[in-house]
Amino acid sequence: MRRDNWRGIYWIAWKDMKTYYLKPPAISWGIIFPVTWILAFYLRNPQSFQELIPGLIAMTILFSTTAAEAVVINFELRLGSLERLLLAPVSLPSVLFGKVVGGAIFGLLMAMVVTVGCVLFLGVRPDFLYLILVGLPSLLAFSSFGALLCVMVREVFEAQTLLNIPRFIMIFLCGVVYPVSAMPRGLQYVAHLMPLTYTVDGLQHSFSAGAGAIIFLDALVLLGFFIIFIFPAVHILSRKFQ
Amino acid sequence: MTDSKDSIIEVTDLTKYYGELLAVDHISFEVKKGEVFGFLGPNGAGKTTTIRMLTGLSRPTSGRASILGFDINQHLVEIKHHIGVVPELSNLYDELSALDNLLFMARLYGVPRDQRSERAEELLKIFGLEDRKDSLFGTFSRGMKRALTIAAGLIHKPEILFLDEPTVGLDVVAARSLRNLISNLHQQGITIFLTTHYLEEADLLCDRVAILVKGQIIKIDSPQALKALAQEESVIEFSFRKEASAFLDNLAAKLREARVVAVNHNTVRIYGGVAASIYTQVSKFAEEFHLEILAVNTIKPSLEDAFIKITGLSPTVMAMEKGAK
Repeated sequence: MRRDNWRGIYWIAWKDMKTYYLKPPAISWGIIFPVTWILAFYLRNPQSFQELIPGLIAMTILFSTTAAEAVVINFELRLGSLERLLLAPVSLPSVLFGKVVGGAIFGLLMAMVVTVGCVLFLGVRPDFLYLILVGLPSLLAFSSFGALLCVMVREVFEAQTLLNIPRFIMIFLCGVVYPVSAMPRGLQYVAHLMPLTYTVDGLQHSFSAGAGAIIFLDALVLLGFFIIFIFPAVHILSRKFQ
Repeated sequence: MTDSKDSIIEVTDLTKYYGELLAVDHISFEVKKGEVFGFLGPNGAGKTTTIRMLTGLSRPTSGRASILGFDINQHLVEIKHHIGVVPELSNLYDELSALDNLLFMARLYGVPRDQRSERAEELLKIFGLEDRKDSLFGTFSRGMKRALTIAAGLIHKPEILFLDEPTVGLDVVAARSLRNLISNLHQQGITIFLTTHYLEEADLLCDRVAILVKGQIIKIDSPQALKALAQEESVIEFSFRKEASAFLDNLAAKLREARVVAVNHNTVRIYGGVAASIYTQVSKFAEEFHLEILAVNTIKPSLEDAFIKITGLSPTVMAMEKGAK
């Protein structure tokens, strides 16, 4: 049974990559939107752009993973294809985890494009080990966050609308463009309740020397968020099939 | 009831509530290995809900069911290795080709790598889609989509195939072709559980039929036995060369033990009486009034007649497509 589930996770993620990555909602929210933001910040002030790179990579991860989830989950909920997956000898949590992995891989590809671009054209030198240490739990956390919101609704546009609320709140509160430490104390507390804060923090440490133990803490907190998001997502999806 | 030792599906008191709505009401039945078992009933009777419970897409509120001896609540993943399911909606992936859809399903079901392509190609050939194997599923006609969806349900060589309203929405030619395919699968020894609201489909395909109304099984039997229930009296139809309706009263007066009903100007039906005696009397009557008999038919009741008699429902209820008001 465990083998059935691992096989299911692998092939569902593979199929989602092949089927949905070039769908318009994935392109517009997962690729065009982050790229536009990055270009806007670069053109506004090229000299201080390097300071914004960790935040923009974090934002890319947030948007690309959640946009992919809206596509891989809500397209299939609407068309009934998700039922087709549940008819196979694969458990429901594994089907959902396959979807989360599919979204995480999309986010990984986008984050890699942005990171490699910054390395090649701006000459920044991140610690790649730390990038992976923060990046992977971030991808899983945001992909499962996307999954959680997407299983609550049926249509792709509903999912994107619902996702935009926390996305934009996080962009402004989690240190993407404005440091959390410079915000009023109350907002700092709110910021620390959001996963993007830990991704931005971890990525900032990856791009600066002497990250230390704090980066492990960021990674652990992000893994905690992944668990917090995935369990209710499984529960909500299960209820749809009762 | 069937002999439980050769039963492949056993259902006892299966019940499903959606909130306050009772969708399936304590149904019990068995399906024998190798038979085509049909669930016949109008829309909303509980057919799809039953299939969804048996295939793990919905949890029963109460009752028990086992497939191949495995309890559906405890061994669902094991059961799924042995069953193929074709939902009412053809829900494969528009963005994948016919071949890629089948290969994906083969991977998902754990078909060994060295058998996947061969099995997919074989099914494409059986279902007449080998020329379109590289075409995207989204470009297929409804009939082709249905055929490929059934092929996907067979990719792992299941012992039991669940078909939910297999011919809904298909044109006459595609529906006939699909029924032939289902008959062929039956001949290969696959147990088939199908739901339908088409009476003639149940009559053509099923070894046994369960008539389901408002979540309850009203009757289970072979189509022949169900039709026999509706055969209360003999019905003989006479067609004459000349108009016979003018002589109806004369004929009725001669056949006191039967009822005479005009079907049209030249045709009458005679209900009841002894068939041989009726034929002799009508022949004499035809000679007497110079009415040449063109044809004589014994009218057998259809499954529709049986359905109406058993359920008291109008056949128009069955003719309604899903979603129709």
